[in-house]
Amino acid sequence: MREAAFRTGYQERPAGGLPLFLWFYIRVSALAMIGLVIGHLYIMHVINSTDTIDFQFVAQRFRTPFWRAYDLLILLFALSHGLIGLRGILDDYIHHRGWRAAAEAALWIVGIVFAALGALVLFTLQFSPGS
Amino acid sequence: MYRGSPGMLAWVLHRITGVAVLLFLFGHIIETSMLGLGPDAYNRTIEIYRQAWFKPIEFLLVAAVLFHAGNGLIVMILDFWPNATRVYRRMFWIGAGVYILVLLPVAYLILGKVVGLR
Ligand code: HEM
Repeated sequence: MREAAFRTGYQERPAGGLPLFLWFYIRVSALAMIGLVIGHLYIMHVINSTDTIDFQFVAQRFRTPFWRAYDLLILLFALSHGLIGLRGILDDYIHHRGWRAAAEAALWIVGIVFAALGALVLFTLQFSPGS
Repeated sequence: MYRGSPGMLAWVLHRITGVAVLLFLFGHIIETSMLGLGPDAYNRTIEIYRQAWFKPIEFLLVAAVLFHAGNGLIVMILDFWPNATRVYRRMFWIGAGVYILVLLPVAYLILGKVVGLR
């Protein structure tokens, strides 16, 4: 029996191996993201707003490597945490081994494509002086 | 399994907000990558965020992230300090109170202009 009603659903700590590693990874990335995400929301939606943010704003922001690194961290943490979370959800609904393997492969492909797309801009974006 | 407890609702919302924010993240990465195509392409893309119909969605996204982060924190407290189980209900309601208090100014900032408050 479950120890209490509210534990229903959340992943119990696995005994070992990859499942235990992923269980920890979800939590470590979650802790790291609390500060990053609140900072991101505060800067983009409280200090600034989606009414004023434009190319110029980003160009200014990306002048310092600090904000590029900040965005790279939040990108990689959010993407990996979200996809590993989704993997756990899919495991709840997909029981056939072949389909599980297919879902796992799809998650890897989606993860690599979006990490590359997001990182590309962070690493390569150049601004002509004055722009 | 349904017991109708606040914890059950929190778990369902944790799952829904996690997936919703992940889906938004995909769009967000594509939209940001438009920076590489130059100022015009990027500015035209983020025009979407300036539309009045997007504001309620923006608010819901911020609300979803904050719920997921806050509830995730409670989940981790219970994971690493099982004794906290006894005060789960209190944590839940204090969390819910803080959540509402934070959402009020967020709603004002994001929705205020749409409804003519600022
Ligand atoms: C802001 C800080 C965040 C915290 C503190 C946090 C916390 C957590 C925790 C503790 C879990 C594990 C729940 C379990 O074991 O069942 C989890 C799962 C999950 N998270 Fe997050 N998270 C955060 C941000 C995000 C973001 C930005 C996304 C989306 C990109 C996301 C998507 C997910 C998904 C899809 C799951 C799986 C949900 C489930 O299994 O029902 N999280 N999160």
